[in-house]
Amino acid sequence: MLLSNLPALQVIIPLVSAPLCMLLRNPRHAWACALFTSWLVLGMAVMLAQRVYTAGTLSYAIGAWATPWGIEYRVDMAGALMVLVIAIIGALVMPYAWHSIQEELHKKQTGLFYTCYLLCLTGLLGIVVTGDAFNLFVFLEISSLSSYVLISLGSKRRALTAAYQYLVMGTIGATFILISIGLLYMITGTLNMADLAQRLPDVADTRTIRVAFAFMTVGVSIKLALFPLHIWLPNAYTFAPSVVTAFMAATATKVGVYVLLRFFFTVFGFHFSFVAMHVGEILMLLAVAAILVASLVAVFQDNVKRMLAYSSVAQIGYIILGISLASAAGVSAGMLHLFNHALIKCALFLAIGSIYLRLGSVEIHNMHGLARQMPWTMAAFVAGGLSLIGIPLTAGFISKWYLVSAALTAGYWPLAVLVLVSSLLALIYIWRVVEAAYFHVPAADMHRVREAPASMLIPAWLLIGANIYIGIDAGLIINIAQQGAAVLVGQMP
Amino acid sequence: MTVLACVALPLLAPSLITALHRWPNPREAVTLLTAGGLFLLVYSLHDNVLQGARPAIDLAEPLPGLTIGFEVEPLGMLFALLASFLWMVTSVYSIGYLRSHHEWRQTSYYSYFAVALGSTMGIAFAGNLFTLFIFYELLTLSTYPLVTHAGDDAARESGRMYLGYLLGTSVILLLLALVWTWSLTGTLDFRTGGILEGVVPPGIAGILLVLFIFGIGKAAVMPFHLWLPAAMVAPTPVSALLHAVAVVKAGVFTVLKVVIYIFGIDFLAAVPATQWLMYIAAATILLAALVALRQDNLKLRLAWSTISQLSYIVLCALLLTSSGIVGGALHIVMHAFAKITLFLCAGAILVTTHKSRISEMRGIGRSMPWTMAAFTVGALSMIGIPPTGGFISKWYILLGAIDARQLIAVGVIIVSTLLNAAYFLPVVYTAFFHSPESNPEYTHQETHGEAPLTILLAITVTALGTVVLFFFPDLPLELALQLAGESG
Repeated sequence: MLLSNLPALQVIIPLVSAPLCMLLRNPRHAWACALFTSWLVLGMAVMLAQRVYTAGTLSYAIGAWATPWGIEYRVDMAGALMVLVIAIIGALVMPYAWHSIQEELHKKQTGLFYTCYLLCLTGLLGIVVTGDAFNLFVFLEISSLSSYVLISLGSKRRALTAAYQYLVMGTIGATFILISIGLLYMITGTLNMADLAQRLPDVADTRTIRVAFAFMTVGVSIKLALFPLHIWLPNAYTFAPSVVTAFMAATATKVGVYVLLRFFFTVFGFHFSFVAMHVGEILMLLAVAAILVASLVAVFQDNVKRMLAYSSVAQIGYIILGISLASAAGVSAGMLHLFNHALIKCALFLAIGSIYLRLGSVEIHNMHGLARQMPWTMAAFVAGGLSLIGIPLTAGFISKWYLVSAALTAGYWPLAVLVLVSSLLALIYIWRVVEAAYFHVPAADMHRVREAPASMLIPAWLLIGANIYIGIDAGLIINIAQQGAAVLVGQMP
Repeated sequence: MTVLACVALPLLAPSLITALHRWPNPREAVTLLTAGGLFLLVYSLHDNVLQGARPAIDLAEPLPGLTIGFEVEPLGMLFALLASFLWMVTSVYSIGYLRSHHEWRQTSYYSYFAVALGSTMGIAFAGNLFTLFIFYELLTLSTYPLVTHAGDDAARESGRMYLGYLLGTSVILLLLALVWTWSLTGTLDFRTGGILEGVVPPGIAGILLVLFIFGIGKAAVMPFHLWLPAAMVAPTPVSALLHAVAVVKAGVFTVLKVVIYIFGIDFLAAVPATQWLMYIAAATILLAALVALRQDNLKLRLAWSTISQLSYIVLCALLLTSSGIVGGALHIVMHAFAKITLFLCAGAILVTTHKSRISEMRGIGRSMPWTMAAFTVGALSMIGIPPTGGFISKWYILLGAIDARQLIAVGVIIVSTLLNAAYFLPVVYTAFFHSPESNPEYTHQETHGEAPLTILLAITVTALGTVVLFFFPDLPLELALQLAGESG
């Protein structure tokens, strides 16, 4: 009974505990509630993934209203992978949040923070499990609205403008998505995604559907920060509280990619998206620009959070590049990198959050000689950085290998070279931090700092451990990514 | 199992070394015991390998179809024997050098050194190109802290060059070649006769070969050679072991492996790019020797000489004859012994007299006769004069060039031998036949004697080794001949 309700519980439990956090006045209780919920969500996600892995796609009718009239929750392998990513990251950042939030937020705001965090978690999970286009929009708004609040909680006043900028961009994106869903409904009379997929081919050759496709593509691209629609991201990541940055970098944009995949492959179908609308070529161009431009901009940043934010834009470019190849190998490389990059970037942002906790700054010139004072944090940063560059025996290497091999198989050798060259750019910006922390002598007026608390080190190191484990034995995750890609591109020639 | 132990032992040693960081003597004992144990382990393998056994073990499968696994073949055996033997010698030397220099961060020095040796073993015993690549990158990363050991601005700058060149070439060119080969053939195993023949047209194979030769930046073929002189900011034992033996030899070792087991020398004969790459190697030999001629800093002169000598081995590989292969494999050993002797002598001079420039070394042979005698032996071997090991490898190299009917190669080898003499003999002459009083900054207080005992011991062993290898070259020669036999 409980097991068969898993897809719904996955969303409902964080949704119910969110207001609970608001009601608990004591910050410690609110934190405990959020922590417990996150771990519960992870437990359910693992069970869900297991069931999907063994039994195949799960379908769940909300309120037992039969599809396509009722809302359907539908979890396939790709969805299970996404739920797992979100749940793992959520479960890891919550223990970390305690010290970090205490330091960065006013005591009165902590309840609000945990509430919004749980709402954001709800929204992200909901987007993935739902099989209903309008429901997807609702969850997208839940996650977006709560993330605007989360970003605005940042300790600097510029967090407010960053959140506002994101609010404006995000609302435009959400509106575009809503317009697209409205157009689809107008033509087909259904909101169920599986149903839509069946009805669309008959009416695909209409202007309305093409417009709907365009609105959807642009709207989701804003959400996932595809170059050049990424301008909200660097500010949002830089000024949000450290925990929020780590959580969002690993999940929010990734869910955006997932929505894009869903609509391209499941709803509109491969043929319409890639053959009739040529979205592959457009995405490839934008991905190449994202990889080059954002990596180059990252090299010149002094604020490490902003540097990593630009690096995220570049890495999203990698993921989109894989998808734009429009082959099973390309999509699975993209999904693989989606998972790996979530692990890498979350670990890096957690390490940077620890530095912010102790140092009160994440400017490179303030980090001189830091490796002596925070050896474990800096070691985690270096390990995460090596994975970001794609050094063998790390997760980053595995996805790079797959991406390069997919590009070569598809006959795009310049793309393969591009991916490799840009990993050198990653080397440059990561090494700027390494040189500052390991080689420079600390400034005379710099006060000594202690190592970060264990509750913040352990989550970061768990992620690093996962990175290295995947680097040595990626069989399972590759299998999941390939199955996920197979589900998505099932109808591909 | 022994194979796995050879790789794991030095990789595990740092945990013990770090644990003992408060007690220098037990800490150094760990390094010495590990080095000794490693050599015994490697040595215990060689009999089986000579009799044709190929001990192998598979560890993990990071990507479907690509395993991390080890397999011992003659060339890897030769390289592992060489590196593990010279690690013992260098460890003894390091203790004397670091202590009389009062170096800082000695614990991390010994730890990273052990990791570097573990990576070298991984390269030597790699069962496929994928495994080799992993340890190749690991070697770059683990030697970075050693190169930048001084921690000052010069070290940081050189460290940038070091990482930039080595990671840059390997990530862009070598990795591309790897993925490409894999997507063409579906395997990266080392196979006798290569894996590309019949799958890839000669044109594509030519591009791949270019990617491989330049991608292996550790082989320092021009124009990817500048990291080597830059890496000379490292402490001398690091330069000695890593930049005369482990790192650079890992490069040329990989070149030989790729040529023999990925392409196959018969297949390469049909690839036109091979010729051109051979000319580039030949040009590197001459140009680097000419630059070496103009260096006043002894370590820099040795570094440029290393660039020149490495291209000998690349040239040998590209001659595509079995004598050439034998010559290349032997030169890995002979050059290593001679060059490490020279580096250790340069370090001994630096520690004892704080002199690094050749022009300051007038008459130094009078106060440090033992060191400079060893230096002379090393120099003779570099030129290829009997009775030193360098003669034997040069003999086979020339034989290989003649077999291949490559007159240009023959000419280059002869001219470069003259150049070797031209840049090494003046050092010997300056040391022995100039009087110390003719030094520009000569003061009567200069009363240094010989170098510390551990240093002298190490120098004596490598210099003796250089001579012994002339009279008893059996072990390396047998392994090299077996390799040439396998490669057809």
